[in-house]
Amino acid sequence: MRVRVNGQDRDLAAGSDIFTLLTEHKLTPDKVAVEVNRRLVRSIKYDTPLKEGDEIEIVTFVGGG
Amino acid sequence: MTKSEWPFVILVSDLIRYSDFGLRVCRRYNASMDVLKIGKFEIHSRLFVGTGKYATYEIMQQALAASGCQVVTVAVRRERLIDKQGRSLLDFLDLNQYIILPNTAGCFNAEDAVRVSLLGRDLLEKQKNPGANWVKLEVLGDKKTLLPDPVGSLEATKELVKEGFTVLVYTSDDPISARRLKEAGAASVMPAGSPIGSGQGVLNPLNISLCLETLKEGDAAYPVIVDAGVGTASDVTIAMELGADGVLLNTGVAHAKDPLKMAAAMRQALEAGRLSYLAGRIPKKRYATASSPFEGIISYIPGE
Repeated sequence: MRVRVNGQDRDLAAGSDIFTLLTEHKLTPDKVAVEVNRRLVRSIKYDTPLKEGDEIEIVTFVGGG
Repeated sequence: MTKSEWPFVILVSDLIRYSDFGLRVCRRYNASMDVLKIGKFEIHSRLFVGTGKYATYEIMQQALAASGCQVVTVAVRRERLIDKQGRSLLDFLDLNQYIILPNTAGCFNAEDAVRVSLLGRDLLEKQKNPGANWVKLEVLGDKKTLLPDPVGSLEATKELVKEGFTVLVYTSDDPISARRLKEAGAASVMPAGSPIGSGQGVLNPLNISLCLETLKEGDAAYPVIVDAGVGTASDVTIAMELGADGVLLNTGVAHAKDPLKMAAAMRQALEAGRLSYLAGRIPKKRYATASSPFEGIISYIPGE
């Protein structure tokens, strides 16, 4: 299925969830926050399957004023 | 206690203060600073420092330590998915030592600012940092000037207050906008001294003073923090002497030729400004009043 992750189009296997993405990119759930379709997803829901066309943002803290 | 015992007391307190333990406590925060209350937060250093723009994470770490700050701001951005190297900001911030204040920098509308705030809160809840639930709200109007959008700022403040956030909102030095943001529930209003990163200091002390007056009317403890445009140590002192409760800065330290020296200078400038404000300055007078008495003078005074 085609989804968009951090602004880039990606193809994921059906049934993939947030954990799939985090594992693939070697990210720990504790150091990121995730939005799907502009809504915050809490870590308890990271195992919800993603859908075709979902837009996912995986963010973290960076330096800023 | 007799007068002859005073020097002993002073010597002992100096010994404690300059002992290793004392230096650590006093270096960590200024032990004599009065506590700043924002919402449920009790802050021991009135200097808030940003984590952006440093040449290296190590310099950032050392500059934050030299500044004595307790609150540091961070931004929320996409995680690097490709070419991700090992180092990230969280590796260089001791979350037991600092209260993280996430900002909504780069947001130009209320909806995005709310999204970013929710993401920041989620991250801090996971990290168990006490900063979860507060946010430095910025809704910008313009990329060139980075001036705040007063309408978007107001909308976002109302929305975030409903979501249970303690909102510290970046605004211009317009006292009316400032008042509206307070009325909308902002826990602190943060007027800009001058454009972000511009180093121009407090360009309009009258307006900052009017902001303070309107925000603290009948509510002297309402926290007002001058944020943006601080370029050098004296800018911090000027802001504190106007009566600000704190100063937030980033570029002034990060891009100084020697960020560690400047961080230390900013810390001292903050203390000097706060003490000076609390001490109560003399009024400005048009003419001179001599510091030495005229009585008993032996010299010739023209005209007498």
